[in-house]
Amino acid sequence: MQVIILLVIAALVVAGGFLAAFFWATKDGQFDDTITPAVRILFDDSDKSKKGE
Amino acid sequence: MLLEKEVSTQILCDHCGEVCVEESLVFEEKHFCCIGCKTVFEILSENNLCGYYDLNKNAGISLKSKNFEGKFDYLNKPEIEESLLDFRSKNINKATFYLPGVHCSSCVWLLENFHKIRNGVLYSRLQFLKKELSVSYDPEKVSLKEIVELLATLGYEPLISLQSAEKDNKKDVSESRKLLLQIAVTGFAMGNIMLLSFPEYFKLDLENNVDARYQAFFLYLNFALSMPVFFFGAIDYLKGAWRSIRDLVQHNSKILSVDIPIALGITALFVRSTYETLFLHSAGYWDSLAGLVFFLLVGKWVQMKTYDFLSFERNYKSFFPLAVKVKNGTSTDYKNVADIAKGDTMIIHNEELIPADSTLLSEHAHIDYSFVTGESEPESIWIGNQVFAGGRQKGRAIEVLVNKEVSQSYLTQLWNQDNYKKEKKVAHTQLADNFAKYFTYITLAIALVTGLYWYQHDVSVIWPAVTAVLMVACPCALTLSMPFTMGTVMGILGKNKFYVKNQEVIQLMNETDTLIFDKTGTLTNASKQEVVYLGNTLTDEENQILKAMTSSSVHPVSKAISNFLGNNPDEIGITIKEEKGQGISANHKNHLYQLGSDYFVNVPIDNRDNTARAWLAIDGEIKGFFQIKSGYRENWKQVLNTLKSRFGLFLLSGDKNTDASMLASEFEKTHLFFEQKPIDKLNFIKDLQEKGKRTIMIGDGINDAGALRQSDIGIALSEDSQSFTPASDAILDASVFEKLPLFLNFSKWALIIVKLSFLLSLVYNFIGVGWAVSGKLSPVMAAIFMPLSSISVVLFAVSFTYLVAWRKNLLKQM
Repeated sequence: MQVIILLVIAALVVAGGFLAAFFWATKDGQFDDTITPAVRILFDDSDKSKKGE
Repeated sequence: MLLEKEVSTQILCDHCGEVCVEESLVFEEKHFCCIGCKTVFEILSENNLCGYYDLNKNAGISLKSKNFEGKFDYLNKPEIEESLLDFRSKNINKATFYLPGVHCSSCVWLLENFHKIRNGVLYSRLQFLKKELSVSYDPEKVSLKEIVELLATLGYEPLISLQSAEKDNKKDVSESRKLLLQIAVTGFAMGNIMLLSFPEYFKLDLENNVDARYQAFFLYLNFALSMPVFFFGAIDYLKGAWRSIRDLVQHNSKILSVDIPIALGITALFVRSTYETLFLHSAGYWDSLAGLVFFLLVGKWVQMKTYDFLSFERNYKSFFPLAVKVKNGTSTDYKNVADIAKGDTMIIHNEELIPADSTLLSEHAHIDYSFVTGESEPESIWIGNQVFAGGRQKGRAIEVLVNKEVSQSYLTQLWNQDNYKKEKKVAHTQLADNFAKYFTYITLAIALVTGLYWYQHDVSVIWPAVTAVLMVACPCALTLSMPFTMGTVMGILGKNKFYVKNQEVIQLMNETDTLIFDKTGTLTNASKQEVVYLGNTLTDEENQILKAMTSSSVHPVSKAISNFLGNNPDEIGITIKEEKGQGISANHKNHLYQLGSDYFVNVPIDNRDNTARAWLAIDGEIKGFFQIKSGYRENWKQVLNTLKSRFGLFLLSGDKNTDASMLASEFEKTHLFFEQKPIDKLNFIKDLQEKGKRTIMIGDGINDAGALRQSDIGIALSEDSQSFTPASDAILDASVFEKLPLFLNFSKWALIIVKLSFLLSLVYNFIGVGWAVSGKLSPVMAAIFMPLSSISVVLFAVSFTYLVAWRKNLLKQM
């Protein structure tokens, strides 16, 4: 049963990692503009859009 | 190449989607309505960027009657360029532009592919909602002016104003980021604490050594996890309460902030839990503490939400140009408007704004003061007379001699008034004030009585009972019901095109009793013009000639007159000459027809007045004139009639009193005021407020800016919510003007709903306090009871709001 202490600590570390990731993302400005990236993802990378017609 | 001259169906421009009125221009089998649109297509196809059109059909912006030549020359001047840059170095410069033309996903695509069009542009990023484009470029390969010109050519003309040079919007970003982090940390702690508290909920067997050891581990882990909740998540409430108490003690204010009972509850939870953890080794109320702070922060987040794409904080700087052409001996140069000094000679081109009060040096000017006074007709000004800042020249370029600095000018003085120097006071609404005051005192009284009672009966219960009262009485559910109700109302109003600056405005709206309207642009619709002809009756032939003359011109006055004259099927061959901004002349059967300004037609000085009319003269003899008035909005009488029962109505207009008789049916005669200057409007509202009235001002132009600011609530009416409106508390889209009474009524309901949910949460508090005074509030009960009450109050408030909105047909557009 001692293992539960280990498990709880491990779980906290994992969740803490995600919390740190969220901190990084927020400070990086990823949540300042949530609309444009949603539009941006729809674009094709290539310049060959004419061929598609 | 293909040329189609006559087609039965309408040809739509492949770039902007407008109907090609005259014969269409054709390029690569595509049709364009004007040279501008064709140029954009050529640029795009040259650079393989036609994907622009695949994303959205006819995505472009119409470029008719746009001329940028020389308009941006001032950007070549290093000081002016410098003031616009965010970052500057030898081989990379960064600048941010506001592009009002941005409207669809194609815009994002094109603007972010900007580096493919122009060599030297390194990187460009668009913030779609804010319409802000950040560009990095190599100053050795391309200049700022070239970038701006290219953007303008593509239809995305950047708006460069005196305000563009001031960078100050970094602050609110960091504030919302901090709140997000607080929510994240508190949420993280809450989840973990609840998980670790589970054994406690199911009753650990403390006699058993194994369980007891785990209990200590869970307990101290919870204690550790709660530290960031109290010291990071809840810090703003504690600070707020501290400030409020300090102000109260120093007699700076009499208002108890709602932060006080909240901080009291949080502190009680924290102190008691710490005590139990460290000295009694029993589970404290850590889960309740984390849950409480989490819910409070979420409520705050809802409260902070506003409309990113609107700006409620504009002053004259957003409207004034950044630079102006100045005469420097024999040559001309550009000068930053902020540096304009007395004695400078400025050159103002057609459609340009005069940035400072000056004397006219050119012979004659047509100045449109609608920006300042609301008077819709341009004024005729002669040499040697004053022209005021904010006027817009119509017609040929003029020279003016500056006699006051920009900040000292007649218009800009408005912003030097006292009420502009300090921030507009955040509206302290009666509801929130009263609530915080009574709530705090009642809570403290109950705690005191409880303490005294147990002092006489069982001293050991004092501590748990008193802390429990403070904990349970924490107005969490109460503080949540307000932001959630108001947030929902704000969202629904926003979907109906009535954009409120923040939630306080909705509360404040219910405390007003006086409505003040501006006329031009508010009750009237600038785009709906009515033409009146006064003078000798026109013959059919004259009618035909006038029709031919006016329909050949693109000037708005000509267009209005042309519409007024109706359809004349017979074409007559005449030669027409137009002098831009002045008038049109035509020759027919050896008669000279002239239509235009008094100056153009040579009206005797005695008959001239400052209102611009379109005069008609045949062979030099004056026949009469056309006058153009803007028409009233549809249903304006109904709107006013509905509002009459609840509000006192006033009208403040910059115009002359020509419409007084018509308006008298809706307003009391003594409530109509004409020829009001901006400062008059401001003072009028100040007077009303001193008489104890609480006002809503509804206006549209910069001439109302002072009044909008002074009024308890200023509502800016806008033909297009994307366009510029003066600083205000709310923006009403002109298309929903007739719904104004409905909106005001809905906000009244919002207040009723808030009161009802207050009542509901008071019931919860009553039950909770009942447990607490008896000293029987266990951690498990608190952990279940507190979030449950919060969530149910929020659910109640939100669903009730939607129900009311549905009954009022406000959900249809959603």
